[in-house]
Amino acid sequence: MQKALVIDPVKCTGCKQCELACSYVKEGEFNPAKSRIRVFDFHQDARFVPYTCTQCAEAWCQSACPVDAITTNERGVKEVHDALCVGCKVCTIACPFGTVNYNASTGKVIKCDECGGDPACVKACPTQAIVYVDVEQAGFEKMKHWAKRTDAGAQASH
Amino acid sequence: MGWTGKILRVNLAKGTCTPEDLNMDWAGQYLGQRGLATKYLVEETDPKVDPLSPDNKLIFATGPLTGTCASTGGRYSVITKGPLTGAIACSNSGGYWGAELKFAGWDMIILEGKSKKPVYLCVIDGKAELCDASEIWGKSVWDMDPWIKSRHQDPMMHVAGIGIAGENGVLYSCIINDLHRAAGRSGVGAVMGSKNLKAIAVRGTGGVKVDDFPAFLAATSAAKEVLAANAVTGEGLPTFGTQVLMNVINEAGALPTRNTRDVEFEGAHDISAEAMAAPSGKDGKPNLLANQACFGCTIACGRISKVNEEHYTVQNKPEYWHASGGLEYEAAWALGAATGVSDLDALTYANFICNEQGIDPISFGATLGAAMEMYQDGALTEKDTDGLELKFGSAESLTSAVELTGRAEGFGKELGMGSKKLCDKYGRPELSMTVKGQEFPAYDPRAIQGMGLTYATSNRGACHLRSYTVSSEILGIPEKTDPLVTDGKAGLVKAFQDATAAVDSAGLCIFTTFAWTLEDIAPQIDGALAGKWSVDRLLEIGERVWNLERQYNLQAGFTAKDDTLPKRLLKDAAKTGPAKGLTAGLDKMLPEYYEARGWTKEGVPTNETLARLAL
Repeated sequence: MQKALVIDPVKCTGCKQCELACSYVKEGEFNPAKSRIRVFDFHQDARFVPYTCTQCAEAWCQSACPVDAITTNERGVKEVHDALCVGCKVCTIACPFGTVNYNASTGKVIKCDECGGDPACVKACPTQAIVYVDVEQAGFEKMKHWAKRTDAGAQASH
Repeated sequence: MGWTGKILRVNLAKGTCTPEDLNMDWAGQYLGQRGLATKYLVEETDPKVDPLSPDNKLIFATGPLTGTCASTGGRYSVITKGPLTGAIACSNSGGYWGAELKFAGWDMIILEGKSKKPVYLCVIDGKAELCDASEIWGKSVWDMDPWIKSRHQDPMMHVAGIGIAGENGVLYSCIINDLHRAAGRSGVGAVMGSKNLKAIAVRGTGGVKVDDFPAFLAATSAAKEVLAANAVTGEGLPTFGTQVLMNVINEAGALPTRNTRDVEFEGAHDISAEAMAAPSGKDGKPNLLANQACFGCTIACGRISKVNEEHYTVQNKPEYWHASGGLEYEAAWALGAATGVSDLDALTYANFICNEQGIDPISFGATLGAAMEMYQDGALTEKDTDGLELKFGSAESLTSAVELTGRAEGFGKELGMGSKKLCDKYGRPELSMTVKGQEFPAYDPRAIQGMGLTYATSNRGACHLRSYTVSSEILGIPEKTDPLVTDGKAGLVKAFQDATAAVDSAGLCIFTTFAWTLEDIAPQIDGALAGKWSVDRLLEIGERVWNLERQYNLQAGFTAKDDTLPKRLLKDAAKTGPAKGLTAGLDKMLPEYYEARGWTKEGVPTNETLARLAL
């Protein structure tokens, strides 16, 4: 089963534990600047939003890569192969969401690879603002929330 | 590791930024942040220095856990000699700035001298430079912060700096980082202003490593579970914030009201957490919109609030219609109960101005409360106040006064002196609710006896965060003691003071200690740092730090006579509530406390005590 990271900004507090966990797993140190997931602080709108790669089915980063350094694994996740990446950064331009970024200290690009199917950010999030669920049922909790609130649902139960 | 091992020394007079190695021997003895920076201040400055002179130094210090995944591991402290008190000042802040400093590769910044013209310090990883601040001098924090980010085209910077209050020497001005987090007390912002330093902008792209990652991750994960499972840190604080206390403390008859004439506030409910969460205004949205965590914090007690757009304070000022840092308990008490004001929107607006201009709401509200009492008694008249009608309960007076104080204009300049100097000036020194010149916060020592000893002996002047015995006396953490008795409080205060000094030196938030003891904290520090870090070692460090601060103050000229409370608390009994008829029993507790501390009857550490602590 393919899974997806599903993010609920309403639950996010802006603590950045996801960034710390991500950078530890990927870089071996606590370094939010190198995290593949980023939390944005819109406190003037009372919102904090974690944001990362959604693993596009037809990935623009992948199409743009001139050396085929980005491949799709069996879970549908786009992975960057450091041995092939030449650091041209075209993928960072191609990605519509800005979630592929260049790491100047390695000369390669970095992006979320869902930690091989066990994302560290999910385990680190103290409020379950980030969950890892069946990609085809990513809207399940949201549907359930609204389903519970419909009059139709209340009538149907009679 | 845990440390970067680097200090940035900035000489503002010469305009130089020089890296140097962290003194690791001292780090072993004083841990970090509060303790370690105090050691540097003691070694490098004369305790008799004029706090606002170029010879005073200003230190921004992180702890060993700052920038790690330890819950709340994002704290920094500002250590200097405080202009409000003349005592050592140590103000602790959250937000994201402290961690960013660590990611830039620095444990600490020591600022010395005074710049000839206004500057800000820009630190981008290993590179530090002083930049011209003439375009932002005279601007608020809320204007200055985005200006700096825009100037450097770097929205990821974190900025700590002062507003107009700090530039103009308001004696309780703060240093604000991330727009609404504050190194709040004792006037550290005025010291920054006296050096012509507007801000420190930091951007870091490096990482923080710890000594033993597996042990560290195991310890921090276990400790996070303790926080999540605890009723206060797992539920009360995230849901209600520190404001969870408003009704609790009021019911305990311990809410200092109208300059501490009363111990219960009839308007408490209107300014409580429950009121913040209730629908209000035309849109039916509550005052409280969200909770926010500081860096790495899994509690998330921060309040993000909004002033009702139709409220008189903002109806013609759309620039205040956004959400920002809302009322914490201490601020709600000072701006509300201490002044008798129960208009939640007025309090929220006043709190916004405190953040925007960088003033400590505790000292400001308490000073205004004292001014209101003098006004009522006729010691202050409208002539003195430039026409401000300083009546208890007047929201208009509160919001006008905070605007004037934030800009250091008119009568705001006088309020900016703090209640001690203000009450002295107008001939009513007994009305100043201060210890060592610092206004005390939101707990009446007649109804929570341990807090009387806490205020009297706090090294930075009256303060709740040096030994929060409210935990034990009201909340029963770690065990319940009777708030109305003095028995056993000397030992309780000492234990809280020592443990707190250790926590404040680690890079952690003191709020974790509603759930954690040092048993939870020691393994985290042990995983982060080389060497063996036990509970006993942390307690010894805490006691060492406390005594070092005490010695600094003694050398600065303080004596046992300054370990006291305002006469009102010692002589006038509480009129209502559980403490009705009681005064603060400081005379019983203080000798016991000196003895427990290993100090002489004059409050001076004995040679044996100093030797035991290697001081």
